[in-house]
Amino acid sequence: MTAVVSFARVRAVKTGRAQPIATVRHVHLSPRPLVLVPLALAGEANAPLAAMVGTHPDDDRLLVVPQPRNRDLRFTFVADLADAVLPYVHSYCYDIEHVRGRDRFTGAPQVLVPNAAGVRFLALLGRSTRFRRTDGDYPVAPNVPLLGRWLTFLAERAETPGSAALLALTDALALHWASGQSPVEDQNLAAVLGWIDPPEGLSGADAARAAEDPSVWPPAGPTTDPGFDADVLVPAIRAYDRAVETAGPVAQRRARTAIEEVLRGQLEPTWRLMWRGLDLLRALPPGASVADRWAADRAAFTGFREHVVGGGPPQGRRDGAVASARRLNRLERQLDEYEAARAFDDPLVLAAHRVTGAAFAGTVVTVDRDRRVENANGTPVNRPLVTVATADPVHLGPGTEVVAVSRRNQTGTVQCVGSIVDKTHVTLELRGGMGRARVPPPGTVPDVGERLCYTSVLAGNVPAPPLPDTERTPWTHGGPPVPYEPPTEDGT
Amino acid sequence: MDARLARLRGPVAPKRHNARTIAALTGNPGCARRAVLDAAGVDKEALARGVGFPARFGQSPFAIARGNAFEAMVKADGCAELLRLLRGVLGDDLTAARYTDLDPADGAEDPDLRHAESRTALTAAGAEAALYDHPLLRLRLAGRDVYLEPDLVALRHHGRYHVVEVKSFPVIDGRADPAKVAAAAIQAAVYVLALRDLLGRPEAVSHEIVLVCPENFSNRPVAVTVDVRRQLTVLAHQIGRLVRVESILADLPDGLSLDLRADATGTPTRPAAELAAALAAIGARYTPGCLSACELGFFCRSESGSSTAALGVSVREDLGGVETVDEALALAEATCTAGADRAEVADLLRTVARVYAEATAEAAGTAEATAEAAGTAEATAEAVGTAEATGTA
Repeated sequence: MTAVVSFARVRAVKTGRAQPIATVRHVHLSPRPLVLVPLALAGEANAPLAAMVGTHPDDDRLLVVPQPRNRDLRFTFVADLADAVLPYVHSYCYDIEHVRGRDRFTGAPQVLVPNAAGVRFLALLGRSTRFRRTDGDYPVAPNVPLLGRWLTFLAERAETPGSAALLALTDALALHWASGQSPVEDQNLAAVLGWIDPPEGLSGADAARAAEDPSVWPPAGPTTDPGFDADVLVPAIRAYDRAVETAGPVAQRRARTAIEEVLRGQLEPTWRLMWRGLDLLRALPPGASVADRWAADRAAFTGFREHVVGGGPPQGRRDGAVASARRLNRLERQLDEYEAARAFDDPLVLAAHRVTGAAFAGTVVTVDRDRRVENANGTPVNRPLVTVATADPVHLGPGTEVVAVSRRNQTGTVQCVGSIVDKTHVTLELRGGMGRARVPPPGTVPDVGERLCYTSVLAGNVPAPPLPDTERTPWTHGGPPVPYEPPTEDGT
Repeated sequence: MDARLARLRGPVAPKRHNARTIAALTGNPGCARRAVLDAAGVDKEALARGVGFPARFGQSPFAIARGNAFEAMVKADGCAELLRLLRGVLGDDLTAARYTDLDPADGAEDPDLRHAESRTALTAAGAEAALYDHPLLRLRLAGRDVYLEPDLVALRHHGRYHVVEVKSFPVIDGRADPAKVAAAAIQAAVYVLALRDLLGRPEAVSHEIVLVCPENFSNRPVAVTVDVRRQLTVLAHQIGRLVRVESILADLPDGLSLDLRADATGTPTRPAAELAAALAAIGARYTPGCLSACELGFFCRSESGSSTAALGVSVREDLGGVETVDEALALAEATCTAGADRAEVADLLRTVARVYAEATAEAAGTAEATAEAAGTAEATAEAVGTAEATGTA
């Protein structure tokens, strides 16, 4: 957390309402997202129990596993889930745009889950289904491994900084509001929404406390409330087992409906919260770089779709040495770009850098517009000097490159930093954005009195180390990775 | 001191420590309240209910059933499956190892006696491979001996003991939930420490523990070794740092009691407010981590009010170590004067407050400007519309 976020949390405690820590929306929101609230059986590695899924608040679909220990029922559930998710994914595979010689879908699926644990659950569900065989001794429906591959794609995308393909709503909300509680407690969706948008007559703190009562607001999953498990779910599942053993189809259906009803009761409050949280986020104007990041999501979606259609294999169990290094490098670069873009989009994000001294806002006090120096080739070039007076603490050494938020095509190099009375004066040498004329055209160099905000948090060049081909992985890193052959008896 | 602790607890049987409570204690070693309550063997769960803030971390019956079934499977037939797994980890064939369960069936035996029995069994001569289940261990904690009811198997192999822990969280593709592995490792480290204490020779217990978990999505067990040297160092350090219970007790009012005054049916009759007041006499150090580690977490949170540490581990650090919300805001708004030692912190907070206000105002300004621009555009559109309408007319 940054000092600004911490300060906002303190203010939230004092005011009893969550405080904004963003002035624009930093995530893309699809006009038709797929909201998915999963529930899992406690204690098992990845046994789905129920899910509520849909693209509209009034059009929810409830899927349940009446006996989560039964493998066939589990895979029936996964196949049903695939029936809900795959048509949604495929609905974005029609409109194509051409960008720099490549095709890209104009839309992409966006899946929203309540919290980070929901993302992990989907990742595991993807892992447990994408290697399943549709033939042999334990066949599954053909859409099961396909769903597994798409869930894995989404879960991997979710690790990419700034991606909006699979979002945990609590994380998305925490990016825009600071509540008056700790990040641990912020994982509770009902509590976070209580802080941001408390009901009439209630403070955020009171609403959040009330939201912690599992009998009023069931946990947003995937784990269910242990009390609910003991008092409601255990008897309901036992009744279902008894009906399967001894009773006819009518009684079985009745037992199944009973389970569906209790699970609906656990899921519905969260379902409504999901759409409420979504509305709160939609009310914020999107940041300038959001569309670019969504374009990257769409490109990744297009690429993966081509991979699947082209008969590519499912994602491996884990990356090999070379693929890991490449992925890590890519993630570092994306994180850098994301951090820089967010600060440019949003003065409140930039505020955090101003506090640490990596950015500063101030007023231009002197300008040396006509300064020319010889470059390395001996050609004289325009290098105006401007001095900015700021009240912010500046921790930038000479030679640091900075860019002004309002003048993105011009780079300043810090010449010297000194303090005069209670202000800090930063002198910058400007480069770029002035055209080729002998004298910079009017408006291309800041004027005295202009208010500017310079930041040194820029999308730097994360160097890509030279890496061998995958099949030439050195023995020090385990040699070339061996493709994974799933055991045929897996899942018995 | 024992009498004092007994008075604090009231006329009920003390709760025994387990590795989980010790691991949690080291998670927040500065908490005097927890140290005293654990030393006195107070039933914290009942106490939390008594003060009106029941703990919310129960285990689901599904999780318990699954854990028990997995452990039973691993330990079935004299730990046949476990020995097969251990062979894979430790290399040698251990299938001939003898299995001894040190837990008497009634479970009511005197702990001193059971501890002595465990010591006799574990120190008995012999170097052949052997398994000992449920030994009763003892650890000196905050100046007091506590007994541990560990759920562990001690494996003797080449004259050295290995701690074997059976856990039911899955290892998927060689990876497990890091938080669960960390918790298991610190628990195992407690066992290693206590076992070393029991045997009197640190080298007799290996720092490599064996963790047995289900593999992937199946019930098949898999064994891995975990090096707990780091956890051992942390534990030894934290246990050494634990405030001695005597010194905490010395500062408490005489006659302080947390007795719930259960009636004949076991229903507590003591008013919550009175109990809370008694509890408040023992200082606590609440952090958000307590909510998932300590039964009294919710009570301490309600009590912590406007402490900055209650907002997250880093919030207090971010705000220069200021302890309360009010103080942080007062310094930020310069409504209180900061002493010389606080000048730097006050500076930081004022900068944060100013920058935050500027950024919010700037955004509001932009939004207004945009709204205005939109308004103008609308007006223009309307004007054009009117003109067109007139033209058509």
